[in-house]
Amino acid sequence: MGIVAVDGEISAKSLTLEEAIANLRSEDASLRYYAAWWVGRFRVSQPDVIEALIEALDYEGDRTEAGGLPLQRNAARALGKLADRSAVPALIRSLTSPDYYVREAAAQSLGQLADDRAVPGLLALLAGGVAAAVVAPGQPHLVQPYDAVLEALGNLQAQGAIDVIRPFTEHSVPKVQYAAVRALYQLTGDDQWGERLVAALRGPDLQLRRALMGDVGAIGYLAGAEAIAQTEAENSLKLIALKGLAEHPNATPDGQTLTDEGRRILVLMDGLL
Amino acid sequence: MSIAPSPELSSDLSPDLSQLIRAVDEADSVAKMVGAVRSLAAAQDPAAIPTLMAVLGYNNPGAAVAAVEGLVALGETAVEPILAQVDGYNYTARAWALRALAQIADPRALELLLAAAETDFAPSVRRAAAQGLGALRWARMAAEQVPMARDRVLAVLTVNATDLEWVVRYAAIAGLEGLAQSQPTLGNRVLGLLRDRATADTDLVVRLRAQWAIEQLAAKG
Repeated sequence: MGIVAVDGEISAKSLTLEEAIANLRSEDASLRYYAAWWVGRFRVSQPDVIEALIEALDYEGDRTEAGGLPLQRNAARALGKLADRSAVPALIRSLTSPDYYVREAAAQSLGQLADDRAVPGLLALLAGGVAAAVVAPGQPHLVQPYDAVLEALGNLQAQGAIDVIRPFTEHSVPKVQYAAVRALYQLTGDDQWGERLVAALRGPDLQLRRALMGDVGAIGYLAGAEAIAQTEAENSLKLIALKGLAEHPNATPDGQTLTDEGRRILVLMDGLL
Repeated sequence: MSIAPSPELSSDLSPDLSQLIRAVDEADSVAKMVGAVRSLAAAQDPAAIPTLMAVLGYNNPGAAVAAVEGLVALGETAVEPILAQVDGYNYTARAWALRALAQIADPRALELLLAAAETDFAPSVRRAAAQGLGALRWARMAAEQVPMARDRVLAVLTVNATDLEWVVRYAAIAGLEGLAQSQPTLGNRVLGLLRDRATADTDLVVRLRAQWAIEQLAAKG
């Protein structure tokens, strides 16, 4: 089949590659929904799959009772994993979807695809700044997926966004606040932002600590390695965060050998086994 | 937080220790639990072992770290009680117990470490066991048992070095490095395995760990 399971075995009930591709265009919405998840999960990046997923982003049927667009959400998430930039224009259009979760998935995927054509569309979602970043009436989320947008702008190295992002470091919702902090570290390389993530690793909120560990790893803030090793959380998550740190170009500039700082990370990892 | 009373709370405990154990049993927040376990661990009293073992199952990583440190500080005294109480039904608790045994490094834990590294379904348990197998204090084993034991360790770590989970492969490499340090006769076979991982592994961090192990073994000659 030529497919490698990325984080586990393919279950016995899983589709064959041929079935998954056929189901992407099935009449049955639930089959399309599952197939869209499946091709992302197993990283099936090939032109006919990308094309079918892009088509799915424009599919208007199959709404949830609340007006959500589940197929579009899955298609947008999958496209982020498949590393094909031909999906970028369609994902940019999805940033204006009426469905919050489609906008969120599109922002995340655009951050993963690292194509700077997405910057204006992402910035548009920050319009009105912190004052406009309030809870959507009757919803369990804010009016826009601010954390996903901020994270994407950081990943995209959107230097022009720094002044727009900075006020969000004072947003009342921690995950928005720290998404802004993370982005500013990526955009400026200024240790004050890395240190702010590290300080929060000593905070009382376990869920937040779990998320921030991954952030420190993903942005390659090597000085945060000890804080990850010491924070009160599961060793499994610490090891994943430190893996991200050890594999970051900051620790292994040539992608093959470690700097001394990189070796320090391996020592910490050994201590967590 | 509702917690079952510590097992085997007997009347011959010293009043101080009874109080420390009661503080663990009665802790009603994550933070209080961590503090109580730290205090109990600091007492370094073998009578605290059942309570420290019970803490490993409370799904409180801070408290579990403190309990593991307490068990490790007790050293060889703790080996038999830990072996007797390893939780077969809670893999998180089992992983912490394996970590304690791995750090104490007493060869009496060999069979459990081998079985855990080889057959446990939980990567967190397999990784702790793999690391521990490489760190055993062989001098504490009867000399005539060492050759067969070290070959079994090498065989299990060789399999784990190609496990499906990156963290198990990583731990196997750390274990192999430790094994080659303490059992130089295995050096060439270990180096061969490490060179394979340093080039063939799919995860960069595993390749980096293997490469570093090779460097460290070379530095030792």
